[in-house]
Amino acid sequence: MSAALATRGLDKRFGSLVVARGIEFSLPLGARYALIGPNGAGKTTLINLMTGMLRPDAGEILLGDEPIAALPPERRVARGLVRTFQINTLFPHLTPLEAVTLAVCEREGVARTWWRRVSAYSGVVDEAHAILSSLMLGADCYRPTRELPYGRQRLLEIALALATRPKVLLLDEPAAGVPRDESAELFAAIANLSRDITVLFIEHDMNFVFRFASRIIVMVGGRILLEGTPEEVSADPRVREVYLGKSHRTGVHHG
Amino acid sequence: MTAAAAATSPHAWLQAQARWNRTEIAFWLATLLPFWLFPDYLVLASQIAITALFALSLDLILGYAGIVSLGHAAFFGLGAYTAGLAAKYGWGEPLTGLMLGALAAGIVGYAASFIIARFRHLALIMITLGMGLLLAELANSLHWLTGGTDGLQGVKMWPIFNKFRFDLYGTTAYSYSLIVLFLCFLVARRIINSPFGLSLRGIRENPLRMPALGASSRAHLRKIYTISAVMAGIAGALLAQTTETVSLEVLGFQRSADVLVILILGGAGRLYGGLVGAIIFMVARDQFSGNTPQFWYFWIGALLIAVVMFLPNGILGGLAKLSSAWRSRA
Repeated sequence: MSAALATRGLDKRFGSLVVARGIEFSLPLGARYALIGPNGAGKTTLINLMTGMLRPDAGEILLGDEPIAALPPERRVARGLVRTFQINTLFPHLTPLEAVTLAVCEREGVARTWWRRVSAYSGVVDEAHAILSSLMLGADCYRPTRELPYGRQRLLEIALALATRPKVLLLDEPAAGVPRDESAELFAAIANLSRDITVLFIEHDMNFVFRFASRIIVMVGGRILLEGTPEEVSADPRVREVYLGKSHRTGVHHG
Repeated sequence: MTAAAAATSPHAWLQAQARWNRTEIAFWLATLLPFWLFPDYLVLASQIAITALFALSLDLILGYAGIVSLGHAAFFGLGAYTAGLAAKYGWGEPLTGLMLGALAAGIVGYAASFIIARFRHLALIMITLGMGLLLAELANSLHWLTGGTDGLQGVKMWPIFNKFRFDLYGTTAYSYSLIVLFLCFLVARRIINSPFGLSLRGIRENPLRMPALGASSRAHLRKIYTISAVMAGIAGALLAQTTETVSLEVLGFQRSADVLVILILGGAGRLYGGLVGAIIFMVARDQFSGNTPQFWYFWIGALLIAVVMFLPNGILGGLAKLSSAWRSRA
């Protein structure tokens, strides 16, 4: 079976602190997988390892059939492995239109052109605007990003990632910091993502995780504790012990 | 900005960002005024145009790509010595001399860009500072070539197009410098409105996000650094040609520091910042430094502190804020 993304024996340590130990999993094409675990379990580290922002000490990462562990981050993006950030990583003084246009230009390889105006690339501009509109950012796309409400900025995080035309999308807590009653828009946007995109998301909102994930990977202390369907995971006593009990009660995540 | 935001089409909005506005047109028309209003100050006007071009070259890397440099005079000096030496050793044709200066600065800038693109912040300041000092000392020690502290003597320029002689009043010098400044400005303006310019602003705004969008920031940084070096080289060549001499000062730390001050005063990242800064700085220096040349930096120091404290985006940034506040009231 061909997987969209797979890892084999990923190890990473910072000094004596083990942040990833023998990580192995495989995302089938078009899958919706959730990655959960308590704070410090190594979820974001795993995303950093897969996208090349950290180098693993050992192990292999396969995007489709291709090993990518030696590639720098931007080359992995060009091959279709794209992430969003838990903490907004946007361009504060650019408008969403400019930011998404930038991303489309980079993807199309026209970002090196300095002798033509951006507005001359009308296909690029149309596409950028279409992406923004599909995420309900059409009306806000002419305002500087830093002036947008926080929830809109979280949507822009996703818009930027979509502009790269990802094959595999890694969403790092897409609703982090968004008040519960405003997160519906974000979750709807994620639910509406094309089925051509394989999605792995880190999320602390268990309602959303159980609704949209076909399978859940549970991480604890840099290892994968178990992987299974939502039913299997919620029935597992170990998971209840380390994670679900706590999170179900509070429902809000910090950090 | 606010009027443009009301436009519905993204194409119209982006086009409006790149459109020439009335202030810009008025600014460039005003650069012609010295020919009639201050015919005795055309030499100064030409020095201002050259300094403005130098500041514009720094703006491309500092204001748009976030590369801080304390050694940009290296490229200014390279352009100056190249054009000066060409004229001294028998090739006094100005336009090709300008191109030679641009080429020399561009080659060294391209080589240096491989180092520059790997660093940021303090490390970058130290590296650029080091490169500037290195080149200045090199020119000093190559006395047989550069004339060392005596300066490069015997630079003889031919008339431009075999027709326009460099005159004592600076009419040719200012016309020439102004035209070159304007052409370089057109290039800079096109760059910042291009997809490449958009990516540069992306690097300035958030270098972490760029690789996550598939962008190779280092390639972009190398390119703009080279372009900036070329422009600085052209500015240096202009100075050598219009003054028909080259002194070690073209490579000096003072020149690197001055151009940074000029850009910060005027406002970095808005193309006109370096131009406005150069006018204020050079005119003020001309007016104040007559009696006590040393004392003049006292006022520059005070002005710099005041601008950075109260107008963090420079004089132009302050003006832009004022005008948008005015417009939102109306």
